[in-house]
Amino acid sequence: MVDFSIWDIFRNLLLAARWTVALSLIAFLGGGLVGLALLVARIARWPGADLLVRGYVQLFQGTPLLMQLFLAYFGLSLLGVNVSPWVAASLALTLYTSAFLTEIWRGCVASVAKGQWEASSALALSLGEQLRHVIGPQALRVAVPPTVGFLVQVVKGTALASVIGFIELTKAGTMITNATFRPFTVYACLALMYFALCYPISAWSKSLERRLHGRR
Amino acid sequence: MAAAETPAPKRIVEIKGLKKRFGANEVLKGIDLEVGAGEVIAIIGKSGSGKSTLLRCVNGLEVFDEGTLTVDGLPLLHGNKAAMRALRQRVGMIFQSFNLFPHLSVGRNVMLAPSLVKKAAAAAGGEQAKRLLARVGLAEKFDASPDQLSGGQQQRVAIARALAMEPAVLLCDEITSALDPELVGEVLRVVESLAVDGMTLLMVTHEMSFARKVSDRVVFMHAGRIHEIGPPQQIFGAPQSAELRQFLSALDG
Repeated sequence: MVDFSIWDIFRNLLLAARWTVALSLIAFLGGGLVGLALLVARIARWPGADLLVRGYVQLFQGTPLLMQLFLAYFGLSLLGVNVSPWVAASLALTLYTSAFLTEIWRGCVASVAKGQWEASSALALSLGEQLRHVIGPQALRVAVPPTVGFLVQVVKGTALASVIGFIELTKAGTMITNATFRPFTVYACLALMYFALCYPISAWSKSLERRLHGRR
Repeated sequence: MAAAETPAPKRIVEIKGLKKRFGANEVLKGIDLEVGAGEVIAIIGKSGSGKSTLLRCVNGLEVFDEGTLTVDGLPLLHGNKAAMRALRQRVGMIFQSFNLFPHLSVGRNVMLAPSLVKKAAAAAGGEQAKRLLARVGLAEKFDASPDQLSGGQQQRVAIARALAMEPAVLLCDEITSALDPELVGEVLRVVESLAVDGMTLLMVTHEMSFARKVSDRVVFMHAGRIHEIGPPQQIFGAPQSAELRQFLSALDG
């Protein structure tokens, strides 16, 4: 029987971690963009936008991410669209992330005093200018801690993509366990790696928060 | 100015038959008011009489249900973004709670709207902001942050910010009500200097002695209507209606 060193295990997990990072980045960026677009549609009071976005948020917040991944993978192929695990996982995580982020950010925008809207309206600023120069910067300050807190959830959420055959950290861990029969060692390494991914994000959030408040 | 103009002073604000409802509650029940160029109008009345709502209708912060309103010849058209942007450039507003932008320095508070809306060049905007801050007595605060200022100073910055858009009329919504008593004077002195310089002013105020001293006409609002209107000597010296007499005597008490 082949003998696996700790380094073998670690190296293979490290290689798989690339895909966890890539999937997380896709979810952050895609989810952030879609979430922002939904937020603006809602603030601009596009007809029907409020109702639609509220429904969208409820749908993705009210169902498990696992189901969303299954539906994206198997549901789309039922419709005749053959999607790879990559596409399905990216799609499901982007939608999931956007639903949470748009709701988090809506709260942050709502926390900006009404007088700021009125003063900038009275100065003839357009909605875009108000958001960009007056409301946005103030909402951003409030938004950092909950946004980053949620992004950490997303990094860990990518583990669920293993169920549709997407080979990221968790899936790689399972496969390595099957080859090495050393589950404790493998999963301990796995946990360390998730921690190594998530901890810097939290630390960055702390420093960003300090910077944003220091600029007052 | 063309020589063939009529001798009548130019109308800056014209309000005709304006009605405003909040749900079933009609807060403005048909307001007619014309404000001439350079005129200073004080609006007084009990809380709930509709005076702040009337003021907020002039720049479209409140949407009215009936009637017409023009500023400097521009009609107020709700839902027409271009028309609202054009009209709001002619109307400055100062609020009870200052509403300075807390994330911007004092100078940038003043410069923001001209740079965005009028596409003013940064250098010209900076010069103008310095000039306006000097006018309200805060030249040295250009780089300060709003939360380093007293309430009276913040309100004076808000005045400079409104003036930066070179409005035809300035709306003042109880601008000294949130101030400590010792800070009221510095703000009122600035407003008075604007009146002297010929700025058209429409102000909701509880400062009766100030209204008496500075305004050309006083509007007494009661139950959603203009109940009495006239020069301050008449409104304060010889009130015609029982409601106004009661309002004034309650203030003295």
